[in-house]
Amino acid sequence: MIEKVILDQQTVLPSEVLAKIDKHIAKFPPEHKRSAMIGALTVVQHFNKGYLTVALMDAVADYLDMPEIAVYEVASFYSMFETEEVGENSISVCTNVSCMLRGADAILHHIENRLGIQVGQSTEDGKFYLKQEEECLAACCNAPMMQINHEYYENLTPEKVDEILDQFK
Amino acid sequence: MTDDIITIEIDGRTLQARKGQTVIQVADEAGIHIPRFCYHKKLSVAANCRMCLVEMEKAPKPVAACATPVMAGMKIKTRSEQAREAQKGVMEFLLINHPLDCPICDQGGECELQDLALGYGKDVSRFTEAKRVVFDEDIGPLVSTDMTRCIHCTRCVRFGEEIAGLRELGATGRGENMRIGTYVKKAMASELSGNVIDVCPVGALNNKPYRFSARTWELSQHAVISPHDCVGSNFYLHTLRGKVQRAVPRENEAINETWLADRDRFSCHGIYSEQRIAQPQLKERGKWRKVSWDEAIEVTVERLQSVIASRGSETIGALISPSATLEEHYLFQCLLRGIGSSNIDHRLQQCDFSHDETMPVAPWLGMDLNAVENLQAVLIVGGNPRKDQPLLGHRLRKAALRGAAIMYVNHRAYDLNHLAEQYLAATCDDLVIQLAAIAKALMQKTNRAVPDALQGLLEQVEVDEQQKTIAENLHKADRALVLIGSQASLSPLYSYIVALSHCIASLASVSFGTIHIGANATGACLAGALPHRKVAGTADEQPGLSAHKMLQSARRAYLLFNVEPELEAWDTATAHRAMHEAEAIIAISNFASPTMREYADILLPLASFAETDGTYINAEGRWQSFTAAAKIQDDAQPGWKILRLLADRLNVSDLAFNSAAAISKVLREQCRNVVLNNTVANIKLPQHDFSAHNRRLQRIADIPIYSTDAVVRRSLPLQQTIDGMEADKASIHPQTAAEYKLETSEYVSVTQNGNTIEFSLQLNEAIPEGCIWIGLGVPGTEALGPAFGDIEVSAS
Repeated sequence: MIEKVILDQQTVLPSEVLAKIDKHIAKFPPEHKRSAMIGALTVVQHFNKGYLTVALMDAVADYLDMPEIAVYEVASFYSMFETEEVGENSISVCTNVSCMLRGADAILHHIENRLGIQVGQSTEDGKFYLKQEEECLAACCNAPMMQINHEYYENLTPEKVDEILDQFK
Repeated sequence: MTDDIITIEIDGRTLQARKGQTVIQVADEAGIHIPRFCYHKKLSVAANCRMCLVEMEKAPKPVAACATPVMAGMKIKTRSEQAREAQKGVMEFLLINHPLDCPICDQGGECELQDLALGYGKDVSRFTEAKRVVFDEDIGPLVSTDMTRCIHCTRCVRFGEEIAGLRELGATGRGENMRIGTYVKKAMASELSGNVIDVCPVGALNNKPYRFSARTWELSQHAVISPHDCVGSNFYLHTLRGKVQRAVPRENEAINETWLADRDRFSCHGIYSEQRIAQPQLKERGKWRKVSWDEAIEVTVERLQSVIASRGSETIGALISPSATLEEHYLFQCLLRGIGSSNIDHRLQQCDFSHDETMPVAPWLGMDLNAVENLQAVLIVGGNPRKDQPLLGHRLRKAALRGAAIMYVNHRAYDLNHLAEQYLAATCDDLVIQLAAIAKALMQKTNRAVPDALQGLLEQVEVDEQQKTIAENLHKADRALVLIGSQASLSPLYSYIVALSHCIASLASVSFGTIHIGANATGACLAGALPHRKVAGTADEQPGLSAHKMLQSARRAYLLFNVEPELEAWDTATAHRAMHEAEAIIAISNFASPTMREYADILLPLASFAETDGTYINAEGRWQSFTAAAKIQDDAQPGWKILRLLADRLNVSDLAFNSAAAISKVLREQCRNVVLNNTVANIKLPQHDFSAHNRRLQRIADIPIYSTDAVVRRSLPLQQTIDGMEADKASIHPQTAAEYKLETSEYVSVTQNGNTIEFSLQLNEAIPEGCIWIGLGVPGTEALGPAFGDIEVSAS
């Protein structure tokens, strides 16, 4: 596991993070380097165990050669970026129409009971964050579903959820 | 040409339009008003407020006039039922979250939202839910925020990105949580930041120092000209019962477009400083006594006459601000020459005057301001227009965005808002050698001859790749400029800088420009406020002493016209001493600092730039006259009246003018044959050994943006900005700091000419190694010595 690192403004991002960002940069023409911002922020958020800090966003701005405020704008706009400290593993349970009809509410309650937190909260040990998910996560065919750290887990039952969460112990 | 013109119809009127124009542009030109919030003619099109929806024939729904390009035969209706309904709908949405606090809002009365709500809003709101509330951020001393009022037009965001070149504000969050701000707590650093006050269509961003001081409809508006830099920006001063409340830009596409620099906008808050002189005063046995004008003038005349009688008139020195009006410059020099002294100068910051005889009649930009934005290459020597002349800096940035190669040769690196190459020279010798190498590179490229005076120097220098690049950039451009910036004159080798810059420009066959500090240096030269030249550049057969010389070889009496020599002179310590040792110091001035009260003997209160009629000549050579905007404070008098009165009592004839306009008319007549031209012929250069290497620590200096003149120094809001607060710090390269064991000190003791002063220390990689930067014109530096020269430091 990577140690949790809080970078100050002077610190540059570690080379393994930069290598991942470079892969996103390579997808765009060199003069449109800034298009790699969402990819870069995702990499940095995972690296920092689930959330972004101002210092990290500044480092991304510096690396992509753009104004810092432009990074804050993107990070604060998209719901998959966390700009405040949250639990390490982010769980999003879809409760939109298809999932709701297939029992998403029960799945959500099960997770709440198991972790002892409400939607929107993080566990005290900082392991889990149960995110308030507003939108359909686009896996209706295998409803109900949830995302953990932006990975999909589908056709859920309470038992299956327990098995999955056990892996994150 | 005709291919580009198409015909469209708006509201039944047939209009000619150019291809690529948008509907709103054509409508604006035809005087058809379409409501808008986010559209601004100088900014990119965002089309996010939707207020400008209009009906377009054959379109299924209304279109945004700001984002719809014209097409031949297009038929637009701006006031049809469909258009009105769409506009009213948008207005209703905008007002959902806008507070109804117009009675306490400073924008009230000049608010675009308020105005349009009158025409397009409903009298009753259907929205009964709670409105959103946004917490305000502190974004510095100049701009106040009331972000609950924001309608998210993003004009301020686009202004930052597109005009200021410094994106400080942004729209963070989404949906109802979207807000305009800086996200992290910080003050705006742009020198043009005040313009967001004007572009903001609502009361979200307002003028902080002016806040709560007046209602807009009580104000009267007076057109004036910028008294701070040679751009000559046009603006309005707004007054309430004769007192200046605020400044707003006056559109002049040829000069400041629609913008205004913060220095011009907020300097008016310095006018009513506590240090303003209210009444004429005399010092008697160390005590100041308020007197009548008659008595003050009588004593002034007596003092001057007694000095003339006992020591001769050449023992009188006279210094005038380069930001005084043309009329004041003219009367000042006439008065001094009338009593037999030619020791007159406005160039306090300069120390090398060896090329005076061959210098052009007056400094000139070499072209019109708006031509600057079309240049392909610019070499700036000694200056940073971004901070020195912010709206010239804006034109340069425009050129850079169009692909121009902008190059700087300076004693330090500057934080720029455009792409540029910055070449640094640690010492004055270095800077001259760099210029010589550029000239040599061009000489080799063009096989042209250089002036004799420079040949020896050019033989000594070697050309490297950098200098070849600069030469190449200038040589290949069709439209290029070599510009001597307003900080160059601080160099002890200024004459070399002038000679070499001129040589570079002529070798490369490009334009050559010179700009000086102050609003009216061009006017000062034309009016004859120089020791060696009279009006319109005619030589003075008995030239007097330059500013530096008349301070160095102390005079018996000084006449000061709105200057503070102990801050503004090249060698502040020498100036300070000269002031103290003189028998009589007569200060015609807006303000008197405690230092001035120590050395002065007579204080004559002068009307400020807002309270006098006058003329400024900007760097283009444009004469701009203005009339007094505000009532004169207390017992002050306009400069031209004071000088006329003194001239009368001193029996100097022909100065009995009745108005400032009459003076400028006479001057215009005398200057009618003057054609501004920067050509430097047969320049005389002082002997200088460029091979000597000085290894001692050197002071380098420039005049920081908010230290340029007395009124700017007294504007509290400007002094509280980042630029204002950095001005009184000493900056040094981290490497050099380590060398002098300063890397951990917060403060540094600086010794120059035997005087030691403490400064707070800033480690800054923009300063070349082997130097320490200390600004000129900054209060607290009175006891220091020359702007450039040896200096000692130690940790304190």
